[in-house]
Amino acid sequence: MTTATATQDTEPGAHVNRKAHNRKRWESRRTYVFAALIAIWCLLPAYWMVVTAFRDVGFTYDATPFFSHVTLDNFRAAFSTDTGNHLARALVNSLIVGIITTFISLMFGIFASYALARLNFRAKYLVLGFILAASMFPGVALVTPLFQLFTDLNWIGTYQALIIPYISFALPLTIYILVSFFREMPWELEEAARIDGCTKSQAFRKIIMPLAAPGVFTTAVLAFITSWNEFLIASQLSNGQTQTVTVAIASFSGSQPHQEPYTAVMAAATIVTIPLVIMVLVFQKQIVAGLTAGAVK
Amino acid sequence: MSTEPQSGTDLESGQAGSPPNPDKGDMVRKEATQGRAASMLIAPSIVVLTIVILYPVVSAVFQSFQKDAGLDSATGLFVAGGFAGIANYTHWILQQCTAGGVSVPCPPGTLGAQFWSSISTTFFFTVVTVILETAIGFGMAVIMARTFRGRGLLRASVLVPWAIPTAVTAKLWFFIFAFEGIANKMFGTSILWTGSENPARAGIIIADVWKTTPFMALLILAGLQIIPADVYEAAKVDGVTAWQRFRHITLPLVKPALLVAVLFRTLDALRMYDLPQIMTGGANNTTTLSILVVQEIRSGNFNSASALSTITFILIFLVALIFVKALGVNAVETTTVSGRGKAK
Repeated sequence: MTTATATQDTEPGAHVNRKAHNRKRWESRRTYVFAALIAIWCLLPAYWMVVTAFRDVGFTYDATPFFSHVTLDNFRAAFSTDTGNHLARALVNSLIVGIITTFISLMFGIFASYALARLNFRAKYLVLGFILAASMFPGVALVTPLFQLFTDLNWIGTYQALIIPYISFALPLTIYILVSFFREMPWELEEAARIDGCTKSQAFRKIIMPLAAPGVFTTAVLAFITSWNEFLIASQLSNGQTQTVTVAIASFSGSQPHQEPYTAVMAAATIVTIPLVIMVLVFQKQIVAGLTAGAVK
Repeated sequence: MSTEPQSGTDLESGQAGSPPNPDKGDMVRKEATQGRAASMLIAPSIVVLTIVILYPVVSAVFQSFQKDAGLDSATGLFVAGGFAGIANYTHWILQQCTAGGVSVPCPPGTLGAQFWSSISTTFFFTVVTVILETAIGFGMAVIMARTFRGRGLLRASVLVPWAIPTAVTAKLWFFIFAFEGIANKMFGTSILWTGSENPARAGIIIADVWKTTPFMALLILAGLQIIPADVYEAAKVDGVTAWQRFRHITLPLVKPALLVAVLFRTLDALRMYDLPQIMTGGANNTTTLSILVVQEIRSGNFNSASALSTITFILIFLVALIFVKALGVNAVETTTVSGRGKAK
């Protein structure tokens, strides 16, 4: 249509067209400049972390912008237990706590989200509001009473002392994300299966479960990441035995009492972060969908 | 499953699930049976949440009205505690400390004296970070919404700061802001970043903006993507300028998603703990409310710590309420959107 009008017009039309074309090229160039700026701003600090992790401790403050004085010593130092750091144990702890928290949250969350997404009932918005309020709940308000309760029960230093408060944010998150995933699903297929003679539970297992799997998986990834990244509760309700990675990194100590072992910390930070970054990049699309659906960090 | 990040604010699907002409009696019956099924499916989650959230909150509130057990300094006898009235709250709000059995203003330097400064620090961080993150996040979202080669790459790189744990972010920026660190070298400055109030606050804000803006951008992007492209085309044809298009099309249409994003970020910023705790330990006027609560727990004053955490909780609740009332944010509806939900 635009070409038709352009050919009908003689001189001025062509002129406008060229101008529009020029402006478009300008715009796309500007888009690239901004996109590059955003990418650099987001990646540069993370890049610096990795560069430092591979740099000889003697060159901690070296400002060379690319990999230089490369060594693996920092990774050895990060895992070494000589100065009282237990990174390997912390990784195992975070893994255990994260997996159990995610599993429990999914177990309860799947049923609740199915009901909230699919069924009509009066208290629906009340329940959704309650769950949203729960996900916004400040962790620090749990720490005081739980610290005392778990001290009395002798639970400080056990996994349940972390898993129980973690459920308080992982379960609402799970429900929120799953509700929006479930709402997008082609539920007509369930009814079609029923018409074809499936029972309700058969229809659920054979039709709905496979369809829901990607959404459930994304939710699991997000719940796991949130619990992996938690710091406040872990720092107060764990001890040396159950310390998670975030606590281990925050309290990482070097051989010199007043000297921050930056290179080793950056190595530890890289180890803690790389699995997450890989996971996020692989499941990028699903994670963005889940994040914006649940709209919860 | 749709992989487009639109589900959060999809306006279209609102009508999709509703039956065209519902028979009223049938609806009521259906609702009753579905109600029973729903309560059975939802009850376990509600019970779990009640145990892990409501129980601690109720016990904290109860405790915040309790007296500390210990030796009564006046009589020298051991007292078991008991009802304290609102003493634990006045301790914070009016900065009353007990010394030798009488109430005196808390001496400077004690935790009790830090209440109002931690409130103002918390609100300062909240206001500054949320404004910066909204503005920058909006810019990022506008760029990410455009179609160009490498857009996937951009979105992937934006997710990197989000994926890095806050504790790691804190350590990373602590290193960047070290005296001999890269920040000082790049700008040729010699600032002791964590050594005094303004640089320390700036450092924490920069770290927070770096870490959280991508999240904000993704939420706003989801809001931008529901605006149909032909609306812009039509406006362009009518000769509407870019600024007018932004002002009269983009802004009003993205507003619900934007407000929810701002609400979530605000509530999140009000409980800020990890970054200041790790970067400065709360020194140089960077003690947030959460840090103060933890310090109070660490010094063993559980009753006053309970009062403070209750104050924090009420404060966050009030801010959320003001948001919902004043700005008309409907978080429940915007975030869960809804097929059937909207069709009452």
